[in-house]
Amino acid sequence: MYAVRLWSVRHAKGLNRFYKAFERVLVALHPLWNRIGYDKVERPFQVMEQATKGFLFDCQMCGQCALSSTGMSCPMNCPKTLRNGPCGGVRPNGHCEVKPEMKCVWVQGWMGAENMGDLSKIKDVQVQVDNRLKGKSSWLRVVRMEKKVGEFAPKPPKAPPAKKADAAAAPKPAGEGKAA
Amino acid sequence: MSELHFDPAAPLPHLPGHSSGGRLERILRAGKFAVTAELNPPDSADPRDVYDRALVLSEVCDAINATDASGANCHMSSVGICSLLTRAGYAVIMQISCRDRNRIAIQGDVLGAAAMGVQNILCLTGDGVQAGDQPEAKPVFDFDSTSLLKCIRGMRDEGKFLSGRKITVPPRVFLGGAANPFVPPLDHRAIHIGKKIAAGAQFIQTQYCYDVPMLRKFMAKVREQGLHEKAFFLIGVGPLPSSKTARWMRSNVPGVHIPDAVIERMEKSKNEKAEGKQLAIDLIQEIKEIEGVHGIHVMAYRQEEFVNEIIHASGVMKNRQPSRAPRPETPISISA
Repeated sequence: MYAVRLWSVRHAKGLNRFYKAFERVLVALHPLWNRIGYDKVERPFQVMEQATKGFLFDCQMCGQCALSSTGMSCPMNCPKTLRNGPCGGVRPNGHCEVKPEMKCVWVQGWMGAENMGDLSKIKDVQVQVDNRLKGKSSWLRVVRMEKKVGEFAPKPPKAPPAKKADAAAAPKPAGEGKAA
Repeated sequence: MSELHFDPAAPLPHLPGHSSGGRLERILRAGKFAVTAELNPPDSADPRDVYDRALVLSEVCDAINATDASGANCHMSSVGICSLLTRAGYAVIMQISCRDRNRIAIQGDVLGAAAMGVQNILCLTGDGVQAGDQPEAKPVFDFDSTSLLKCIRGMRDEGKFLSGRKITVPPRVFLGGAANPFVPPLDHRAIHIGKKIAAGAQFIQTQYCYDVPMLRKFMAKVREQGLHEKAFFLIGVGPLPSSKTARWMRSNVPGVHIPDAVIERMEKSKNEKAEGKQLAIDLIQEIKEIEGVHGIHVMAYRQEEFVNEIIHASGVMKNRQPSRAPRPETPISISA
């Protein structure tokens, strides 16, 4: 909801602090998620995350949350989905070029960052979004990242045999080719 | 005969510390005051329409900006214009907007452009589709200007696509970003530019400047952070054809800020067109004195014929000739 979203930016500092504590709890509960299985908890987490963040930030479930680096103003609400700052079309009153009735997400973002009292994180360059993560739980992804499990599991021994695997896999398509 | 062996699009010999073989980077790194100008893209498939406009501009500028459907209006593409201009030996700045193409298309275009001899690329977010003539179009925005800069820098310096796949001959391009110091959040615009520079911007071209005090404030913040030593700042200027157009631009072109005093000055004059030209000259002379400004970027929409006069009257080129302007006899064999 738009009004709640603006409230969240005004209370960015408190919300960020709350989230950091919440994140620590989630990370500490890693053994539990691991035992149940990350695949199984994914769906309930998605529902929970969408409900809370949807209410507070109009979260679009990009699956790679950057709220802590955007002053608690969700960049996916920018009609251009800009993740690194405002475009050059912001109106003199601080409203959006595309949606004149909406305040610019990034003018809000800088306000939020100032409220948080930390302008260092908003300076981090965000890379383009991974569209495969849309709809996925960003919270669980953070836990997996912290604990280096799932897609973040270290895979140094995999690198050399990967070639062998490729080589082993190679004859298969060749065989199919022959069949065709 | 020697004319035939002259390859106008050939890159200049590599200089240490330079990322491109282009003239714009050389001019800027040599500490000269640079002039770039925007070419209005034709709504036609005739290469002559591009060459006619480029010839006028090239006499007074170091590089020509090829816009990428600016204002979200459909015109000849920037890749197409660059392809024509590089063949004729012009130095170009290819603009890439994030509005119309996704990451796969853009990375491909960067390689294609570099292969044609494009030495400079300006990374832009792009105006929203609502601003243009086809507001029903699907906006892409797969990148934003900052992540685009980072991507192209990776292609150039690491020789890799975003996927990590190797590029055998990386594109050697001089990278630019855009700034609009005249719209909110004013206090943070300089920090935002710092972010673009951190992502790879080596030169910055700004939106039209009609408010010098505002620009001074912005440049003070730029200097505070030492950004003027990390990137070259080219300030946007352009002649206003009339006070009516100025009012229209102010309310209809996203991000254009024109103070009331400027419009009043236009209205009071007897000849608005001449006043608009004089205003541009006055602005350039004020702007060039600001510390940290390395050049100007002239955007004369449908008034290319005035660019020459404005640049000469402002005296920014001094006695310098734009480096290696193409000769009129340069063989061009593209027109059907």
